[in-house]
Amino acid sequence: MSSQDIPEENLPAEQDTTHGAVTVADEKHPFADPGLPPHEHRIQDIDERAARRSERAVALLFTVSMLATIGFIASFVAIPHDKSIFVFPIGHINAMNFALGLTLGAALFCIGAGAVHWARTLMSDVEVADDRHPIEASPEVKAKVMADFRQGAKESALGRRKLIRNTMFGALALFPLSGVVLLRDLGPLPGTKLRHTLWSKGKLLVNMNTNEPLRPSDVAVGSLTFAKPEGLEEHDHDFQTEIAKAALMIVRLQPDDIKDKRELEWSHEGIVAYSKICTHVGCPISLYEQQTHHVLCPCHQSTFDLSDGARVIFGPAGHALPQLRIGVNDEGYLQALGDFEEPVGPAFWERG
Amino acid sequence: MKKLSARRRHPLAAVVVLLLALACTGGLYAVFAPADKAQAEETAQSLTIEEGKKLYTVGCASCHGTGGQGTSDGPSLVGVGAAAVDFQVATGRMPAATSQGAQVPRKKNIYSQAEIDQLAAYIASLGAGPSIPTEEQYGPGGADIAKGGELFRNNCAQCHNFTGKGGALTHGKFAPTLEGVDPKHIYEAMQTGPQNMPSFPDTTLSEQNKKDIIAYLNAVNSDETVNPGGLELGGLGPVSEGLFGWIFGLGGLIAIAVWVAARTAKAKKS
Repeated sequence: MSSQDIPEENLPAEQDTTHGAVTVADEKHPFADPGLPPHEHRIQDIDERAARRSERAVALLFTVSMLATIGFIASFVAIPHDKSIFVFPIGHINAMNFALGLTLGAALFCIGAGAVHWARTLMSDVEVADDRHPIEASPEVKAKVMADFRQGAKESALGRRKLIRNTMFGALALFPLSGVVLLRDLGPLPGTKLRHTLWSKGKLLVNMNTNEPLRPSDVAVGSLTFAKPEGLEEHDHDFQTEIAKAALMIVRLQPDDIKDKRELEWSHEGIVAYSKICTHVGCPISLYEQQTHHVLCPCHQSTFDLSDGARVIFGPAGHALPQLRIGVNDEGYLQALGDFEEPVGPAFWERG
Repeated sequence: MKKLSARRRHPLAAVVVLLLALACTGGLYAVFAPADKAQAEETAQSLTIEEGKKLYTVGCASCHGTGGQGTSDGPSLVGVGAAAVDFQVATGRMPAATSQGAQVPRKKNIYSQAEIDQLAAYIASLGAGPSIPTEEQYGPGGADIAKGGELFRNNCAQCHNFTGKGGALTHGKFAPTLEGVDPKHIYEAMQTGPQNMPSFPDTTLSEQNKKDIIAYLNAVNSDETVNPGGLELGGLGPVSEGLFGWIFGLGGLIAIAVWVAARTAKAKKS
């Protein structure tokens, strides 16, 4: 029903409200069908000038979209890729990025907005009722399907040629095994890899910044240093895998400030070395407050007290940061006196 | 004497005589000439320290003690060095209004650079510590920006954010933004570790490393920074970006959905 064939004096007209079959409640249908509310016509349905305006608005949106697409192509071709402009309130921005985003966004948005405006103002908005129907097939169709199936089974001779039937079942049963076998690539199991790092007795502590082995005199009270085991270089094939476990955070405390007896024993002149990997989910943790000796994890705010065996004092971490036992070798360099005593990083099922 | 004269025609004799003569001249010069200069320098230095002590007595002694030994309101300043004084006073952190509170914030500096230098000279005279860096140490010449980025991400980014925008710590403490901070002060902060910031002495983070870090900061967080993306929303990462996305992105989508489903204007029976 278009707006043209509705005489203006007839509108808005009363709509047929007796659509439903049951208008009065009876025993079988305790609720009466209220029917549909009367249809209200839009301005565009009765006023041709309003309809024209809507048509022009939709056409304008589509035209803007066309221009924006042309603008997109033009800006891609014309704007130098390294030109920077100032746009309030965005600030300095790459001119080409900005032009491409703006034109592409406008082109897509105007297509959508035009389509929605068209549907809202000009397409028919008369309510239509579509009754439900049963989804069951008719008895004739059902009988036909069953007959066809029986005939097919008979013609294929599946029941008679047992060899074909059995080998087919065998083939179908074996085929999924190829998928199951591929699951082996999820392994092999990590074995003891989670329990060991590159640290071992006698390995020097190498400063990550300078790539030089550290001496106790290099590490001042209140300073923060990161170290890797001697022999691990950044261009090594397994650097990321190994540093993810071996990364070390070194701070120096006044020996009197260390409250934990084992921490003091495993330190050297107040220099303590802790794993840099958070025991919660393994974020690199090194927000060190040198006055409180607290270390904070940036991911979930777990806080450890480095003056008290890196005990957890806040947050979701499950256990203290593992400490590396350190000492000094004959040449006066800091060295590890073994691997970490416990697995570094987050807990896992078999950690115990 | 006979032995000497016997060797006077040795091919190396001339060289030995020349070296002796040079050593004598140099030694004499060292004994006499620079003595006056050193004397003058020492006098000027002690004057500066004297002036610094006066300033210290007025501005600092109430918390740090009359001899810089520290009190319950302020730590000892023996051995903190001139760099720490220059950083704390020039960034306005010292003198602090109170020793209470989470941390002392940056504020307007009330001392002239000459006064700060006098204060620094006095504190440096109390005990050896890092001295104020020179332009050559923190200037951009000879710096490797890429290496600086690597060092910054390894040593600094955990607290100060990847481009030095700052971040939160515990109990109201925070790592301040490094935007607009004088390179000299960044250098001094690394050397001395103000407040809860750990220090990064030259033994573990070399002078060249510090220079690289400052050059990196200048490249990513200054007026000269080229930012192709625009609208960095504070550069704080997922928090501000997520908030912006939820409020403006989702808000815009809801507004459009409301418009799509809204009732159109109906013609009313007159």
